[in-house]
Amino acid sequence: MTRPVPGQSPPRPAAVAKARSARGWAGWLFVIPAFAFYAVFVLRPIALTAQYSLYRWDGIGPSTWVGLANYAKVFTDPDLFDSLVNAFKLIVFFSVIPVVLGLTIAATIRRIAQSRLALVARTVLFLPQVIPLVAAGIAWSWLLSSTGVVNQLLSLVGLGGVTRAWLGDLSTALPAVGMIGAWVLLGLCTILLLAGMSKIDPALYEAARLDGAGAWREFVSITVPSLRQEIGVCVTVTVIAALASFDIVYISTQGGPGNATMVPGLQIYYLAFSEREVGMASALAMVLMVLVIAIALPIQRLTKDTDQ
Amino acid sequence: MARRVRPGRSTAALVVAVGALAAACGAPGSNSPQPAASASAPLSGTPTCGTAPVALNGYFETGFPLPKALTTEFSKQHPNVTWNIREDQFAVITQNAPRVLADNPPDLMRLPQVSELVKDNLLKNLDGYAQAFGWDKWPASQLEQLRLGPGGRPRGQGSLYAMGLNFSMTGVFYNKKLAARIGMSTPPATLEEFDAALAKAKDAGITPIVQFNGGATGGLAFPLQSLMASYGPPGPINDWIFQKPGATIDTPSNLRAAQHLERWVKAGYFQKDVNAVDYATMMSRFIDGQGLFMFNGDWESGNLDKQMPGDVGFLLMPPAQKGGKRATMSAPLTFGIGANAKNADCAAFFLNWVATDRKAREITVEVGGSHPMGPADAYMPDVAADTVTAGTLAAGADIAKDNGAMDFIANATGAIYAKSWTPNLQKLVAGQQTPQGLLKAVQADYTSQLEGN
Repeated sequence: MTRPVPGQSPPRPAAVAKARSARGWAGWLFVIPAFAFYAVFVLRPIALTAQYSLYRWDGIGPSTWVGLANYAKVFTDPDLFDSLVNAFKLIVFFSVIPVVLGLTIAATIRRIAQSRLALVARTVLFLPQVIPLVAAGIAWSWLLSSTGVVNQLLSLVGLGGVTRAWLGDLSTALPAVGMIGAWVLLGLCTILLLAGMSKIDPALYEAARLDGAGAWREFVSITVPSLRQEIGVCVTVTVIAALASFDIVYISTQGGPGNATMVPGLQIYYLAFSEREVGMASALAMVLMVLVIAIALPIQRLTKDTDQ
Repeated sequence: MARRVRPGRSTAALVVAVGALAAACGAPGSNSPQPAASASAPLSGTPTCGTAPVALNGYFETGFPLPKALTTEFSKQHPNVTWNIREDQFAVITQNAPRVLADNPPDLMRLPQVSELVKDNLLKNLDGYAQAFGWDKWPASQLEQLRLGPGGRPRGQGSLYAMGLNFSMTGVFYNKKLAARIGMSTPPATLEEFDAALAKAKDAGITPIVQFNGGATGGLAFPLQSLMASYGPPGPINDWIFQKPGATIDTPSNLRAAQHLERWVKAGYFQKDVNAVDYATMMSRFIDGQGLFMFNGDWESGNLDKQMPGDVGFLLMPPAQKGGKRATMSAPLTFGIGANAKNADCAAFFLNWVATDRKAREITVEVGGSHPMGPADAYMPDVAADTVTAGTLAAGADIAKDNGAMDFIANATGAIYAKSWTPNLQKLVAGQQTPQGLLKAVQADYTSQLEGN
């Protein structure tokens, strides 16, 4: 902070103020190029989306002002509202599973950190992050098909009765899509948490062990609290991935069967490019943006390290 | 360390920036280019491609070799014409069509559902060409689906806005080897006989019907519409597809068709995973001999003749009553000319050439597998009798005789297929939708989509 220390009054206040203001404008000059890009490619589209959301427009012809009618429809049309609900269901798979499982796996890997196995495990877990989502989606739709590996394994262990086309069944399609997401995001969370763990002072563990703490006690009392920030990042990134999901769903089910896996991202795309309801699509996009911000901000606050 | 920027100032800057950006534009669409009036101007003489070099811009569909085969032959006969061809998947064309036609109109373009394109004045009115080339003397049913009233509604009458490279037809393909195993020596002549064949196949451990119904493309619309044609006349279905005032899909005969389809589902005549099967999977399963019947179109005739020569038969969906009239989905492979296309005359000349040139008609049948457009008495190339192509062409003649051509129920509006038929048919398979509920839901979506336009 450059705020003057109280009691140590600056010699010539006017001159300092002038210098500071000049420096302030110079600072803005440096910001201009980046801000111009940000304004044209981020702020302008958001402003235009907000504007479109108040019209009924097919994207080409003349438009009609409809006020907030599009927003009203987002919350009353069951198809649109259900897609929002599905996005929240996906949070279980995209966030809860990767974070919980990631913590467990990271804690395990940390214990064997020196071995070759740890390196292999890290690589294997991070691999999904490297593969394009489209490729992952295609691979998984094969794995989950009626004759795919998943069903073959189930039949092998005598669970032939539960085999089905996982992505084609109204009750299992959404969880199946969720598992693909969990598989993709698990590696990211594990690596993030592992990096966080390497920063924890080993002396803490040693002290805990001297006090007779077991592995579980160490995990709960040292590992998890120390990883608060990393967990915060994981939760934020994965929750946004769940709410704004598009690619995995588009590749694996396209929202089917019977809208069972319809999510807002896909719905926006269909509204804009297949139904040509640009206004409705924009309204849903604005609602989605507000939702993501409204959920991501409190998570940030909750997980902020209070010590700093 | 950092100098704190006063929040007041940054917020103000943001507000100013956003405000300036938003204020710069009026209502969306108000500044979009308005193409020239859509009424056709009278032509002076028959259009040609002339003799000076012409480069035509084409926008075609990936995976279908026919248009390119035709353009190649056309350039051979008319060396002054060259082609700049861009190809995309049909889904991409569907999404891009309005923008491409508005911003960078192709001379010749594969078109999705045309109503909304006509409404936005994006397609050239072809009435003048039709008169100059004599297209209006062809059998009227060929061009009916491409005629639209003012503002795009209703379809089926009015000015001509597109042309076909050929017209394709749907029906039921069957695997002859599997048919022999269940003792099906002649194609079923009534719906009852068809049902009996399905039951026999099921008992023999053969999948009766391989079909696709996964993702955003509900392929059960094919058997559903075929059953609609068995139970009722095609006229009211066409009226519904053409958006005629007061038309409804929720009719007693369509209900019986939907109930019949539900019985097939419950009897296990489709594969259990039909809701996860896409078009490509269906094709590979049928070619692999995994099912007796497949509801599909003659665009696959050439392919099937190559993949399983002599083993595939084609039948039109039999009527409910013996000797009843047959009807099926039949539609032109739709191509249009951008309203502001640079070489519209040459493109129209090409479309006429496709329908009338001897060599072009041969290519249309050989490569496309479907019936060429053109006058009823035009030259027809010979096709080997034991091919499925011969079967589909013969069926085309039957349909013409019974005046049984229908457009596809998925083409009623731009969004009805992905947003209404598909999810509801998928729910019907899963037992979460009734036949009556299916028709009511689709009709409700149809009405709300039309109100939206």
